[in-house]
Amino acid sequence: MTSAAVTPRPMRRARRDWRGWGFVAPFMIVFLAVLVAPVVYAIVLSLFRQQLVGGSGFVGLGNYVQLFQDAKFWESLFRVTLFLVVQVPIMLALSLFVALAVDSARLHGSSFFRIAIFLPYAVPGVVAALIWGFMYGNQFGLSGSINDLVGFELLQPFSSQWVLASIGNIVTWEFMGYNMLIFYAALKVIPGELYEAAELDGAGQFRIISGIKLPALRGSIVIATVFSIIGSFQLFNEPNLLKNLAPNVISSYFTPNMYAYNLSFAGQQFNYSATVAIVMGIITAVIAYIVQLRGSRQEVR
Amino acid sequence: MKITSRRSTLRRVALATATTLALGLSLAACASGSSSSSGGGSSDDIEAALEKGGTLTYWSWTPSGEAQVAAFEKAYPNVDVKLVNAGTNTDEYTKLQNAITAGSGAPDVAQVEYYAIPQFALSDSLVDLSSYGFGDLESQYSGGPWSSVSFEGKIYGLPQDSGPMAMFYNKTVFDQYGIAVPTTYDEYVAAAEKLHTADPSKYITSDTGDPGFATSMIWQAGGKPFTAEGTDVSIDLQDDGSKKWADTWNKLNEGGLLSSTPSWGDEWYKGLGDGSIATLLTGAWMPGVLESSVADASGDWRVAPMPTYDGTPVTAENGGGGQVVLKQSKNQALAAGFLKWLNSDPESIKVFLESGGFPATTADLESPEFLAEAPEYFGGQKINEVLVDASKNVPTGWHYLPYQVYANSIFGDTVGQAYENKGDLNEGLSTWQDQLVDYGNQQGFTVK
Repeated sequence: MTSAAVTPRPMRRARRDWRGWGFVAPFMIVFLAVLVAPVVYAIVLSLFRQQLVGGSGFVGLGNYVQLFQDAKFWESLFRVTLFLVVQVPIMLALSLFVALAVDSARLHGSSFFRIAIFLPYAVPGVVAALIWGFMYGNQFGLSGSINDLVGFELLQPFSSQWVLASIGNIVTWEFMGYNMLIFYAALKVIPGELYEAAELDGAGQFRIISGIKLPALRGSIVIATVFSIIGSFQLFNEPNLLKNLAPNVISSYFTPNMYAYNLSFAGQQFNYSATVAIVMGIITAVIAYIVQLRGSRQEVR
Repeated sequence: MKITSRRSTLRRVALATATTLALGLSLAACASGSSSSSGGGSSDDIEAALEKGGTLTYWSWTPSGEAQVAAFEKAYPNVDVKLVNAGTNTDEYTKLQNAITAGSGAPDVAQVEYYAIPQFALSDSLVDLSSYGFGDLESQYSGGPWSSVSFEGKIYGLPQDSGPMAMFYNKTVFDQYGIAVPTTYDEYVAAAEKLHTADPSKYITSDTGDPGFATSMIWQAGGKPFTAEGTDVSIDLQDDGSKKWADTWNKLNEGGLLSSTPSWGDEWYKGLGDGSIATLLTGAWMPGVLESSVADASGDWRVAPMPTYDGTPVTAENGGGGQVVLKQSKNQALAAGFLKWLNSDPESIKVFLESGGFPATTADLESPEFLAEAPEYFGGQKINEVLVDASKNVPTGWHYLPYQVYANSIFGDTVGQAYENKGDLNEGLSTWQDQLVDYGNQQGFTVK
């Protein structure tokens, strides 16, 4: 605490120059209005509890205490974590493989592959989920036809054991091309001299990959991983659309985002929903930060 | 005292901060909407308002909405009605609830199904229409629908359609496998076994857990699981009626005799068309849906009264709804005028009937013309005789929860699990009950 308010301000002290702020004002206004305000608003919301009967009241950290004891929330968090641990490595490995293949200059029509693999990313997520939903159909969909062909229930995309894998498949299909493009862009900026030097030293293709390409890709891999972590924790479109097709398997708290959505839109629990949102935001930020920290530390070394 | 005042100061500061920061954002404000006036006026005001004219917004997903609005605007050229399809049932309720919470953006008149009316009535968002003389209209409607829009001494809306339940069955399939039309649930279960044994791809019906269906079936079985008086709520999903239904349905569910095709999807319509779903226990509004969405099966389907537990004819209401006037409306008298025309003027009801709707007005239910209808789709059967008869066998005294929309949204998480695992529905109902009690208490109700 300063006592500046009591002591008179010394006359000779230069007046604060506000002109600089004038220049950044347009940015600051937008920044405060669209980035800071919603977060603060959500935090304020999470400290209240509005009821259908009895109106709104301040509950302090009550919503947070409730959340930490909420089995539904932890179940949904566990589910997206499982999704993250399994789906993201598979997707990134595939993207990496494709990027290396396209970059290897040994592929005929590589620009066609580049576009074809990137194309699913241009399909809106909602449409993608619908397309796959039709294919997953057990009676008239593609998986139903395959089951008929083999004569037993080989594919059960909507059973409780497989539904997460089915969603993982959709997400991989959607985002493989996007990650491939990140990797491919990084591969393109590797100077040609490095390859020439490697060839002079008698390095084979695999040595070039492990010695030049992968180290050069480290930064992009970290970026892609961070994006994918955020994407996994925000999983919403795909399960929410497939819920119509598998209403009992995909619960209203299948992912944290769906839980928050249903809390506020079906249950009118806006305050508790804001709490879920904030906690998920913090968890995502912390994990993304750790990954980035680890990634860049290795880079320095 | 001290604590309270400190808390309220904190709250005010926090709210002020929130409001300031939210300024200029399109975020929904957290304060609940205050109404411009608490309703008032008389039937004369309605006439005056209709003469004077104005603009109204009307949210509805009924197929007849557009034609009805056109007919209304022709009759009252000074009134301009903007028809908006804000989504079907829960999608619309979500938007409606958001608009109410935000304090602006709600329509003047909205379509709301019967099960959701108590929820909007409780949050004081609907205009009590009794002051506009709507009490005089009571005799025009059949009892079930009327009691769904008017309770605790207030009239919250006017019924548009009703859904007394009946059994729709695929006669071609029944004939092919020599199955007699079941009149009791024992016969129904036996028919289910016979059909599925004869052809494993065929099921007596499809049910993957639908809260509207389950509550109607409990209603038919004589259950009264929900009671609500003001904010005192009691929930007993293990009362005699609930158990009676669950025990019967368990035989189908645990026995794997129910098709697991989710309702209202593409595969479901196909199943209704190709005979793999042989019956539907559903509301009297179903004929229109079958005719438009399962056109291929024309001539296959017939209508019979619901199976019963002990031979006494009894059914229940399934679905159906009416229209309400929102308190946010700037011109409540005009909105009331539109509503009155919409659901009681013969002109409007004629349009509604043409679209295949099942009315709630007794004059239309009893009209010889309506009863004599023999659609080709149903092989020339006079289906309305069966359906109107059903509307007379609905047990009274049924209530929905004042938070039924939420209750239905978690049905899949609870009772749905019993469907998924082919387990005991009674257990699912108990879980549902536990979560509903918790939610109710959290929301400030006194739930027993």
